[in-house]
Amino acid sequence: MDKKELQVAALENGTVIDHIPAEKVFTVVSLLGLQDMKTPITIGANLESKKLGRKGIIKVADRFFTDEEISRLSVVASSVKLNIIRNYEVVEKKTVNMPDELRGIVRCANPKCITNNEPGMDTLFHVVDKEQGRLKCHYCEKTQQIENVKLV
Amino acid sequence: MENRSLVTIADHSKEKIMYLLEMARLFEENPNRKILDGRVVATLFFEPSTRTRLSFETAANRLGARVIGFTDPKVTSSSKGETLKDTIMMVSNYADIIVMRHYLEGAARYASEVAPVPIINAGDGANQHPSQTMLDLYSIYKTQGTLENLNIYLVGDLKYGRTVHSLLMAMRHFNPTFHFIAPEELKMPEEYKAYCRAQGIRYEEHTEFDEHVIAEADILYMTRVQRERFTDLMEYERVKDVYILKNSMLEGTRPNLRILHPLPRVNEIAYDVDNNEKAYYFQQAHNGLFARQALICDCLGITIDEVREDKLMC
Repeated sequence: MDKKELQVAALENGTVIDHIPAEKVFTVVSLLGLQDMKTPITIGANLESKKLGRKGIIKVADRFFTDEEISRLSVVASSVKLNIIRNYEVVEKKTVNMPDELRGIVRCANPKCITNNEPGMDTLFHVVDKEQGRLKCHYCEKTQQIENVKLV
Repeated sequence: MENRSLVTIADHSKEKIMYLLEMARLFEENPNRKILDGRVVATLFFEPSTRTRLSFETAANRLGARVIGFTDPKVTSSSKGETLKDTIMMVSNYADIIVMRHYLEGAARYASEVAPVPIINAGDGANQHPSQTMLDLYSIYKTQGTLENLNIYLVGDLKYGRTVHSLLMAMRHFNPTFHFIAPEELKMPEEYKAYCRAQGIRYEEHTEFDEHVIAEADILYMTRVQRERFTDLMEYERVKDVYILKNSMLEGTRPNLRILHPLPRVNEIAYDVDNNEKAYYFQQAHNGLFARQALICDCLGITIDEVREDKLMC
């Protein structure tokens, strides 16, 4: 076996999250709540990638993500690819799709928005233009660019 | 239960707008009715706004409702750190409907999602102020006899003025031609011009403001250049006196022209305009009463037929 391949162990069952932009690896960890999981997780950062230059890769054993969970990643890393592994075989590949709504994921950039002032309240954005990455706050109705918003 | 709250009228259909205008007309015929006898209307003003509050409270009183509420949040628990949700839940125990003004944008939408009773947005920060839009529409309809095919001139602060933005969106059903008259610093934001293009609404932009520019106007909607909207007060001093309407400018204008203003005015309409028959801003404010009576009834599920058949007129 090639030494490079030894960097990450093969999965019997689980999910391989590949093509994560190098600087977003730990954001992906927190968006998926991986820090609270009990199953084995391998996190690779700053690995060589032909496409991205440097990339991250995360292998999560015995865990399969819902489409809703995957869509959260669209906020930070639309290039991410997921390989679903069963019995050491890739049985399905998934890409990240921008959802129609983002609930409780990003913060409104408007300081006078109720969501930035009311404790215990979720943010909600409508994705008005998936290609341009334009979001509209459900509450204050301000339109904003996805690359400018901060995670909750 | 169906949420009958009024957060914005941007989503209202043409039919719904015409329905509410007809209801407002019935209330103008007779504003004193006991339709809301036994009901309680709460007016929660987290930000002071005397004329809006008085208009809503008069509307409720003339419908026979009782009014509770506050005009200064300093006396309430929100100054102790109570959340908006808690305040709304508490007041919902007492009132059948809540009229709310709040300094935060989106507050009315949120309140309408958590409250078991209908919410009427009486202004949420710089976002929406639907009852103002409704009375503007009613005033235009009343003075022109129609909302269709009008030349509407918006003057002054078109950047921060929420009333002009809401009016623009509500007029989309009626084939208007807009003229935006504003200094460079306060011109209509690109997002609203894009909205006009997407909706097929014609518009022209002007920076000069004189009798020639307004010669073809049916409606002249003046706005205040608000000091509190400026971060740079030197900029405010520079533009505040640029767009002032004087009586002499009205000589060559159309006979059906009417001048609207959301009030309060500072100096953007000279006092000698007040006696001109084309000045309509005080009647416009009066129309707010009937528009708000219609909105309160509609949010409480009272139909226009019930208003027509009302036997409890006093």
